[in-house]
Amino acid sequence: MQENKFVISSAFLVKGQLNKYLCKSHSNTSLMRNSFLIIPFVVLLSACQSGSDNKLPILGNREAVEKTVDGKTVVDTVYQTIPHFSFLNQDSVALTDKDFDGKIYVADFFFTSCPSICPVMHRNMLKVFEEFKGNEEVGLLSHTIDYKYDTPSKLKAYAQKLGVYGKQWQFAWGERDVVYPLAEKNYLVAVNQDKDAPGGYVHQGWFILVDKEKRLRGAYDGTKPDQVEQMIRDMNTLLKEYK
Amino acid sequence: MRLRGLIFIVSAVSSFIALDSCQNQDQLSYVRYYTNGKMLYDQHCQNCHNANGNGLGKLIPPLTDSLFLRKNKALLACIIKHGLNDSITINNTIYHEQMPGNSQLTDIDIAQIITYITNSFGNKQGFYDVSNAGNDLKNCRD
Repeated sequence: MQENKFVISSAFLVKGQLNKYLCKSHSNTSLMRNSFLIIPFVVLLSACQSGSDNKLPILGNREAVEKTVDGKTVVDTVYQTIPHFSFLNQDSVALTDKDFDGKIYVADFFFTSCPSICPVMHRNMLKVFEEFKGNEEVGLLSHTIDYKYDTPSKLKAYAQKLGVYGKQWQFAWGERDVVYPLAEKNYLVAVNQDKDAPGGYVHQGWFILVDKEKRLRGAYDGTKPDQVEQMIRDMNTLLKEYK
Repeated sequence: MRLRGLIFIVSAVSSFIALDSCQNQDQLSYVRYYTNGKMLYDQHCQNCHNANGNGLGKLIPPLTDSLFLRKNKALLACIIKHGLNDSITINNTIYHEQMPGNSQLTDIDIAQIITYITNSFGNKQGFYDVSNAGNDLKNCRD
């Protein structure tokens, strides 16, 4: 629907341009010829503009489901969503999926004593935090995968030392058997214990963007500043879907 | 008379050249250490201490405290090689996190990293040679 509007408006634009040039070109045929060169450019330009307004893709597994609506059988696509969860946050308070209702949020997996990619990830996540500070529609959620050491009080100390206060950026602790499958099956991020790895755990540095319907809308390498910049732009694009 | 003058000029010029090439030799080693040091820093240190040496919040100390680096220069090699378990005060802030060691690094690697760190991020402390690293590493408290 929105795209239709664009086509119409750009058609008007083309017509307007054309009229303008036609008016001017009564005595100048070369300008008239030029105007025909300009028209495709205008169309091209407006096509690009509508491109940047595009919605983000929906990621993950999907399946077609047959439903009966008003007596008719229709096929609907069901997308992968983040299931119900309940963890303890840095204040030792239960944190569930309900806390992210009405928000888009970014999830990642880390551990506080991580000597490899975590400092880079959270240095970059701090930029996202600053960018959307106080925005009620945006949440950040960091899961620890070090269920032995990273108790809520450790997470609290970590958050404070990072300079993170308030409830917008949540740090979640959960049992291994809950967190690891959630990472791998639902957020599609590989995590594991590995006694040979620095710090004892291995994990990928993805930032996963989740929309208000709990669907996966983007995956960004949290160790790369340019990808994190892209994520910030995509988050703004995603927020526009709900305007 | 004229010959003596000529000899004087030639010897003066050649001693200048000699002096200059000596400086160049030191300069060259310094530049080589610094360049390799940056490469090693990017590989082993940058994740935590950041490309600009600023660290991360109150979790990871910055490398910008010139006074600390100067006072504790003889300890730097040990810290890089064996890590740190004690708390440390940098720029008047206390840091408690553990720093992992880098036992795989050789003396020259460490000398190059120290040359890079102590001459970057607002520090200017000159060349730190492989023999300096060797001596300092002998005195580590394990």
